[in-house]
Amino acid sequence: MTNPLPAKIAVAAPAHVRRPRVAVYKFASCDGCQLQFLAAIGKHPELLSKVDFVHFLEASRAVEPGPYDIGFVEGSVTTAHDAERIREIRRECRTLVTIGACATSGGIQALRNWGKIDEFVAAVYASPAFISTLATSTAIAEHVPVDFELRGCPIDTGQLVEILTALIVGRKPRVPSTSVCAECKAEGVVCVAVARGVPCLGPVTQAGCRAICPAHGRGCFGCFGPSDTPNLVSLNLHYEAAGVPRDELLRLVHGINAWAPPFRAEADRLAAAPHVKVAAP
Amino acid sequence: MILGPEALQRLIEVLALEYRVIGPTVADGAVVLRDLASADDLPTGWIDEQDGGHYRLQRDESAGPFDHVVGPHSLKNFLFPPREPIARFERVEGVWEECAPAAPERPLAVIGMRGCDLAALAIQDRVFLRGDSGEGEAIDPAYQRRRNGLFLVAVDCRRAAATCFCHSTGSGPAACSASAGRQADLALVDLGPGPADGVAPCAGPRRYECRIGSERGAAVIDAIAADLPLRPSPPEDVAAAERVPVDLERAMWARERSDGGPGRSLDMENIRDLLYSNLEHPRWLEVADRCLSCTNCTLVCPTCFCASVTEVADLSGDAVTRERHWASCFSLDHARMHGTSVRHTTASRYRQWLTHKLGGWIDQFGTSGCTGCGRCITWCPVGIDLTAEVAAIRETPAPSTGPTP
Ligand code: SF4
Ligand code: SF4
Ligand code: SF4
Ligand code: SF4
Ligand code: SF4
Repeated sequence: MTNPLPAKIAVAAPAHVRRPRVAVYKFASCDGCQLQFLAAIGKHPELLSKVDFVHFLEASRAVEPGPYDIGFVEGSVTTAHDAERIREIRRECRTLVTIGACATSGGIQALRNWGKIDEFVAAVYASPAFISTLATSTAIAEHVPVDFELRGCPIDTGQLVEILTALIVGRKPRVPSTSVCAECKAEGVVCVAVARGVPCLGPVTQAGCRAICPAHGRGCFGCFGPSDTPNLVSLNLHYEAAGVPRDELLRLVHGINAWAPPFRAEADRLAAAPHVKVAAP
Repeated sequence: MILGPEALQRLIEVLALEYRVIGPTVADGAVVLRDLASADDLPTGWIDEQDGGHYRLQRDESAGPFDHVVGPHSLKNFLFPPREPIARFERVEGVWEECAPAAPERPLAVIGMRGCDLAALAIQDRVFLRGDSGEGEAIDPAYQRRRNGLFLVAVDCRRAAATCFCHSTGSGPAACSASAGRQADLALVDLGPGPADGVAPCAGPRRYECRIGSERGAAVIDAIAADLPLRPSPPEDVAAAERVPVDLERAMWARERSDGGPGRSLDMENIRDLLYSNLEHPRWLEVADRCLSCTNCTLVCPTCFCASVTEVADLSGDAVTRERHWASCFSLDHARMHGTSVRHTTASRYRQWLTHKLGGWIDQFGTSGCTGCGRCITWCPVGIDLTAEVAAIRETPAPSTGPTP
């Protein structure tokens, strides 16, 4: 392949581009994804000269009023107030990006969606009467249209910088939709499922983490949510035939992205299907 | 030429003077290809058990350093790396300039390559170095640079995994075969003790019958011989070494599955036309129920060459790197054109893989793209086996009237 471009190309200097005004919001979440913004800024201080973080309570109390060019939303909707607030946010942000498992699927707290909310409230709070909450934890996209989802628990700083760069210049962000397996192979990581019999959600999980868990000898927990064509049934039938107990598989699917539709359907299948007796490995 | 264990160590030292030396070593529960510092890094005493979706290392005290078979890595990881920058541009005072390419890497010497590895290399050569054939030049300069510098030490397999089927694709188990275009600078056959499930022809101490395949190979042997006397191979050792691939091939044809059926093989007869005339076969839908579209098979396959190229700009907007990275026909993006993918279903992707590997490849490059190494079977998380898929289609070659996957 020879390079089609001449060694020097003169282009007109770019017209002055206004720095996008960015807001970062928090819903039901642990703040970990917002901390990834701070980590990204630490790695790339020049970010601050490219975008204006004008509403980012994790970083500064100073807040400028909207509307905003880009809104990043962390966390899931768990109260009636949340559901109202996200509509207002949608109105004041030209581009809305959800970040992390909570915002994109409902997060680990979506496990409540399978339980009885009154029992949880009574078990946790001294005065349940003061607690006003919905029975479910749901993704932002179940409430308002979302322009782009950045997956992960937490999000990856590399992908965050990629989406900011893309939004600044006005191109489509490049985020892979293949499985984590593609990252294992690119990193030369030996497959923990094949070589050690560790149940791994990587084949049905979207890439983005650089296969950090398999690289440390652990199965993938599914932090980046379902890949583009996930086949959880086949994967779990295989693990079960290899001797992994069904409740262990259910725990794995009932994880960070339990309420993402393909994971949700698989959790329900595992819970409903008659228990298959398997021989000890 | 007979090399003893000290000569094997010396071989690595001599190669290291000029090359980055890569070879098999045990890491993370598998035999992988990594930088070797000494012969102690080789997987002596380890053998591998492989089957669909299954790989385990086992201790075997009789095993020499090469009694494992191929693991998840192949020459492809080095000659056609998973990610590689192919150009970089920077904007200096409004003018874009192409940066000078990075300094060339050290040439590679790879130890322990098998018949299927050399067969895969010949196939990738036809992909990346097309130009000699007069069909229009298509030379990949980075591949060509690494390929030209490559020093190969081949080893004949003394055992095969259940997933190996090189005997049926004509790519092994003999490491080198001039008629099949499999060549190496040096070729070794271990004549020492070996595992019970293999063909270990000779008793006696660990030693390697070594054949020289090139002038570079001869120069390396001379360098070893300069401070370590090497003796010529006695006729019985030459005969024993020649028997190894013959015996192993015979054993592979005779293998049986645990249920008594024949061992794994791939019937290559008329394979392209078989697949092309069964594009609507119901088997594609059946395998799609099991397939995860995870890309593992294509990425471990030593011949798959798909890649995509992206321009990665840094935040300043004043520097951009053009990067090439592995791609796979099992991903939705692989068939994206005009904003949408033309292969939404897993059935259509599995069909793309198999019809390209065993059909379209023949049209493009004159041979099938499969060496019988079995990697795609072992490293498929659910153990999908292309030989079984082809056999199923061969058994009932009934073009269905159903919808195209
Ligand atoms: S370790 Fe998990 S993510 Fe990596 S290749 Fe294996 S199954 Fe896929
Ligand atoms: S298709 Fe499978 S068996 Fe054939 S060369 Fe590729 S990985 Fe090896
Ligand atoms: S299209 Fe698929 S089978 Fe063919 S080379 Fe690419 S990844 Fe391999
Ligand atoms: S496929 Fe053949 S050449 Fe390759 S490792 Fe197996 S037995 Fe050896
Ligand atoms: S055949 Fe196996 S390895 Fe290949 S994509 Fe399907 S599940 Fe993954």
